[in-house]
Amino acid sequence: MLYREAGQFKTTYAADQAIFPILQDRWVFWGFLIIAFVVPPLTGSQYVMGPILTQLLVFGLAALGLNLLTGYAGQISLGTGGFMAVGAYACYNFALRVPELPLVVDIMLGGVCAALVGIVFGLPSLRIKGFYLAVATLAAQFFLTWIFDHVGWFTNYDPAGVASAPSRTLLGSWAEEGGPLGFLAPINVLVSGPRATPETKYLVTLAIIVVLALLAKNMVRSSTGRAWMAIRDMDIAAEIIGIWPLRTKLLAFAVSSFYCGVAGALYVFTYVGNADTEAFDLARSFQILFMVIIGGLGSILGSFLGAAFIVLLPVVLNITAATLGEGTLSSDTLSNLELIIFGGAIIFFLIVEPNGFARLWQIGKEKLRLWPFPH
Amino acid sequence: MRVRKLLLSLVASACVLSPITVTQAAEAEQFFPMLVYRTGPYAAGGSGFFGGIEDYYTLLNLRDGGIGDVKLTYEECETAYNSDRGVECYERLKSKGPTGATVVQPLSTGITYRLIERATADKIPVMSMGYGRTDASDGRVFPWIFPIVTNYWSQNTAKIKYIGMKEGGMDKLKGKKIANLYHESSYGKETIPVLDNQAKKYGFEVKHYPVPHPGLDQKATWLQMARQYKPDWVILRGWGVMNPTALKEAQRVGFPAKKIVGVWWSGAEEDVIPAGKAAVGYVAAGFHPSGADFPVIQEILDTVHGAGKGNISPQRVGTIYYNRGLIAGIITAEAMRTAQKKFGTGKSITGEQMRWGMENLNISQARIKELGAESLMSPVKVSCFDHEGGGAVKFQEWDGKKWNVITDWIPTDQSIVRPMVETSAAKYAKEKDIKTRSEKDSYGSDCTVTS
Repeated sequence: MLYREAGQFKTTYAADQAIFPILQDRWVFWGFLIIAFVVPPLTGSQYVMGPILTQLLVFGLAALGLNLLTGYAGQISLGTGGFMAVGAYACYNFALRVPELPLVVDIMLGGVCAALVGIVFGLPSLRIKGFYLAVATLAAQFFLTWIFDHVGWFTNYDPAGVASAPSRTLLGSWAEEGGPLGFLAPINVLVSGPRATPETKYLVTLAIIVVLALLAKNMVRSSTGRAWMAIRDMDIAAEIIGIWPLRTKLLAFAVSSFYCGVAGALYVFTYVGNADTEAFDLARSFQILFMVIIGGLGSILGSFLGAAFIVLLPVVLNITAATLGEGTLSSDTLSNLELIIFGGAIIFFLIVEPNGFARLWQIGKEKLRLWPFPH
Repeated sequence: MRVRKLLLSLVASACVLSPITVTQAAEAEQFFPMLVYRTGPYAAGGSGFFGGIEDYYTLLNLRDGGIGDVKLTYEECETAYNSDRGVECYERLKSKGPTGATVVQPLSTGITYRLIERATADKIPVMSMGYGRTDASDGRVFPWIFPIVTNYWSQNTAKIKYIGMKEGGMDKLKGKKIANLYHESSYGKETIPVLDNQAKKYGFEVKHYPVPHPGLDQKATWLQMARQYKPDWVILRGWGVMNPTALKEAQRVGFPAKKIVGVWWSGAEEDVIPAGKAAVGYVAAGFHPSGADFPVIQEILDTVHGAGKGNISPQRVGTIYYNRGLIAGIITAEAMRTAQKKFGTGKSITGEQMRWGMENLNISQARIKELGAESLMSPVKVSCFDHEGGGAVKFQEWDGKKWNVITDWIPTDQSIVRPMVETSAAKYAKEKDIKTRSEKDSYGSDCTVTS
């Protein structure tokens, strides 16, 4: 009833090509965005902004990166953790060694480094496909974490190999009080390190992710995305119609690794505060892959829905179990209950909708357009 | 329709259950967050350790009504030894209770590392008993972090002393080959520098072999290590399932178990029983023995488990991990008592007051006897200069049924450890722009004494 598009005419090409062609979608989206920017900082809860929302955003971004590669370009990768690690350690070293750089630039440079590494490890994709490619990217995962474990320079020779994010500001040290760009000092807030407020960390993460998600959305709607999907659906046919596999596949690896690299850098600088390779191990790569599969292959929204499912559901279950079961069940049972329900939920959703949450969302929207008079 | 019914019943049950969760605010409470892990590959350690702490708090509540008329409360949060979940749990629990979290014990070096800066900013002390960041022993740089009892590097020097003793003197170590088989994590890597340092000092050779988490696949490592490198001793720096796997692999390649020396996170019943006969003769370090023949444990069995309020199955009471948790509980409780002596009883203390209590903690031999923990733990004396509190290490051998203590308390070698701690802490202070404390602060912690 409310979700009717009757009477919404498109008179320009621009209107026809809008990301949200339906007016109600646009309202919901803008409303959602405003809520995301305004409400969490107003609540002031460090718990909600930190471990819940920032974590969700960071892993959503990593899942988005992998989704571009696996969901759109059809190249399976198990090296996500490794690429995140490249972004994280590159950003750490830029921030540590060149304090003049604004932190946002450090984070982007981390992404660029990850993209370059991604191109190198994407080279095998030109010859092998499917499971074989997955194994080749597995090599990236092990090789990259090994490098960060064993070359002390990357972690500034920390005995335990833990890279701890230095305190850095949004615009870099030049824009601090007394620097050559000192007039910018009032807006030059601290983003990383223990003294940075959770609000700043959350808002910076959210802003970066909104921009990157918008870029990704437009990329997959353009010729780049169509080339990726052509390669995914049938690479020989794509080659015949004039798509250059080398360029397309390597671009997919580069863009995907860039997103993962930025996610890794954000994980270290705005979420946890420090990182070691444990945070970027094979389990992480699988975790991100599961987010993509459960969220929906080939969907931007699906990446974030999948991340929400994998990251938040265990927490919700844990809190619920702890509240409801207190005193009635033993703590052992409660801890294991979380695993049982979480595993059950994965199986349930995959049976109900094998194409992930994004498809469920789509079906829901289609039903809503006919509601309350389905024909 | 069905959905509506389900929702209604959920709401109804929430209404019924909610009064139970509301705590009475009438009597003073002290809140302790429990970052437990009862699932995952390290569950044996997590359930034993936290079972010990919780049992001790329950004993104090049942027997004395808490500490100084303040009831001890706690809430668990499952981390599964996962660092992300650890951070989430810390953030979830840190502001519960009347004065927030009193002290955090993560029982994970990875989580400890992630909490150092957060806890410092939140003014909540972190007690990493026998694990965590070694250079945090320098309390002048790390005011909020307490690697109490004995840190990793100290333990490692005692281990080299033990090996030297077995070889017939420290000079006999010259030319010997020691392999360091470590869990590839911040925990595992922590002792590499101190081993390299000692290798130089005593003239032995050391080679480091990483084992990736969780440590179930060590075949290639053991072949390479035992057959190719042929070390005289192997230091097992494992955790969880990595330990029994290492012992079984050692047996497979024919490396004698008595030449393997484990750290104290490789020396519990859960680490050797799964390895069966392969573990007989294996030696591990410890800062306390196992067993239930201590007055305090007997009291727990009677008062807590007797009333059906135990937090672990009674069979596991007295195991290594349980006793370790118990000691952590004793140290925490004593620190709280110390803080209450200064800031008053009958009301909840804050994290800052607890930190003062920990920094001025002094558990003497006489006090240990009073607590019924004689020969279970060694005396602890913490100061601003030394957040470690100077413990010693005993070595114990597994005979197939139980751990037997085979050495006396072996003191650690602070002449090696302390300069390294100070260098490392100073580097951290410089990197993080931290002002090293060098005088009496407003809470009365004296940082002028440096010995």
